[in-house]
Amino acid sequence: MSKLLQLHDFGAPGAKSFEALRAGAAQSGCSTTGGNGKSGCGSAAGQGDLPPEIWEKVKNHPCYSEQAHHHFARMHVAVAPACNIQCNYCNRKYDCANESRPGVVSEKLTPEQAARKVIAVASTIPQMTVLGIAGPGDALANPAKTFKTFELVTATAPDIKLCLSTNGLMLPDYVEQIAAMNVDHVTITINMIDPEIGAQIYPWIFYNHRRFTGVEASKILSERQLLGLEMLTARGILVKVNSVMIPGINDRHLIEVNKAVKSRGAFLHNIMPLISEPEHGTVFGLEGRRGPSAQELKALQDDCEGEMNMMRHCRQCRADAVGLLGEDRSAEFTTDKVMEMEVEYDLAARQAYQAKVEAERDAIALAKQRELATLADETATIKIQVAIATKGGGVINEHFGHAHEFQIYEVSTAGAKFIGHRRVDLYCEGGYASETGIEPILKALNDCTAVLVAKIGLCPKDSLAGAGIEAVEDYAFEYIEQSVIAYFKDYLARVGKSEIRHVARGDADIRQGAFVAS
Amino acid sequence: MAYKIVASQCTSCSACEPECPNEAISERRGVFMIDPSKCTECIGHFDVPQCVAVCPVDGTCVIDNSVPRASAA
Ligand code: SF4
Ligand code: SF4
Ligand code: SF4
Repeated sequence: MSKLLQLHDFGAPGAKSFEALRAGAAQSGCSTTGGNGKSGCGSAAGQGDLPPEIWEKVKNHPCYSEQAHHHFARMHVAVAPACNIQCNYCNRKYDCANESRPGVVSEKLTPEQAARKVIAVASTIPQMTVLGIAGPGDALANPAKTFKTFELVTATAPDIKLCLSTNGLMLPDYVEQIAAMNVDHVTITINMIDPEIGAQIYPWIFYNHRRFTGVEASKILSERQLLGLEMLTARGILVKVNSVMIPGINDRHLIEVNKAVKSRGAFLHNIMPLISEPEHGTVFGLEGRRGPSAQELKALQDDCEGEMNMMRHCRQCRADAVGLLGEDRSAEFTTDKVMEMEVEYDLAARQAYQAKVEAERDAIALAKQRELATLADETATIKIQVAIATKGGGVINEHFGHAHEFQIYEVSTAGAKFIGHRRVDLYCEGGYASETGIEPILKALNDCTAVLVAKIGLCPKDSLAGAGIEAVEDYAFEYIEQSVIAYFKDYLARVGKSEIRHVARGDADIRQGAFVAS
Repeated sequence: MAYKIVASQCTSCSACEPECPNEAISERRGVFMIDPSKCTECIGHFDVPQCVAVCPVDGTCVIDNSVPRASAA
């Protein structure tokens, strides 16, 4: 009932017809709820707290709309690697093709190469609706290359939404140009509004032809960031704010940041965990500063949620990522390959495909609503977290051993709410389960009561059970949210019959597989 | 004298290139270098050499003592 768009054929270059596009779309994605038990997607119900004009702008944006993040794809191109500030969580010397993290790319592109790549990707992946320039470095530290890329793409592919990420230092100077280019989303990374705190995060900035350090640097940066934010929202451009949660430095302060950015019109706040593995060679990594745990991050996001929409599905993906969030198809689109591809941009076929995806999304929302309605009489105050193995389509369709990440839902009688994802190393590599494989996964899922999978072997199933996590295959290939609610009903029933006892779960690890762009 | 770029340190981030008032910095196949005949150490333009101030890696843009001072503007 749920596999309408389960497409697994990598499309041929030069795909033209609707069917070819369909085949080219290797995967479709899942649907997740908005925050706070907000209802499903597609229909007006999908917009949560957002005003209609904002919803219209974000509903197909994979980074901004949780419901879109597995239906629509984005790509980043790395054209502007220069940066004008230094962050203690960033090491610009480090570039490793094996690591998946924003701010890091192996391939730098000229605007012309970038534009060609965008058209090639959009012709192959019809869900590709968004082009972002997000580093490494700062898109506005290199404005000529950033805007040239946008200009070239718009000329051929006017339907692609443009967005850029910036540290905000130069933002006020470029707001006019951003508006003129029809950039519809801007992300500003704001980690503090208190320069004393900023001084612990930013060793220096380069501004007005000189280097500023200490509190003075952070004061300038903060003023410029907030001014840029106000100028953008005044022009009706959507602004998301990213913040890196750095335990011991800005963790509690981010509540103040949240208030400050909301009052200036930011529509979404994305609090990301600090990634600080020592081998990345960042200042924070070398001084042994740890990232937050899953519960610390969730608690902070929950504390801010009363204030505004929180983003919880950020994958902190790399600066040249291509495809749906959580998948990376950038290897298919290296410069060499892109230059060889024959591409033809077929706007009508893309739009037809996207309409189809929307229809599927509506179906998923409806199924979830129906399931939720059956919970209406339940009064239990129990809240549990459930992990999902999925490779997209809004469906539980991944083998436990093949999962690179699990999606985590919190479920109560109020419904199922997506709260994040946990990246893991493959448990099953090349058909053989690894000896050490299960331990990190148990840690990553430690706060979950159950994991819903398409399939799982006996051995890991036992290990999970030993850790108090139930592995469930009953919902294989069913819609995620509907299944989470159905599992929860069953769970409550078993608790009611004293077949099982409800126990609160502990904290979990966030795997530091990603990195943070400045 | 002029400034030079220590190639082994340089991350090829390109931050310095647009900052140079004399267009002394150029890139060839990912390698950045300073043309000593164009570099004025930013004297007369800015208080600090721009390439030094913007470079994310300390000790990458350094004085090249092997070059005679060509244009102490
Ligand atoms: S890094 Fe975050 S904002 Fe950027 S594409 Fe990934 S999820 Fe979206
Ligand atoms: S010192 Fe100034 S003039 Fe010389 S290369 Fe650096 S930026 Fe250019
Ligand atoms: S700013 Fe420094 S690291 Fe970047 S290209 Fe110039 S010399 Fe190299």
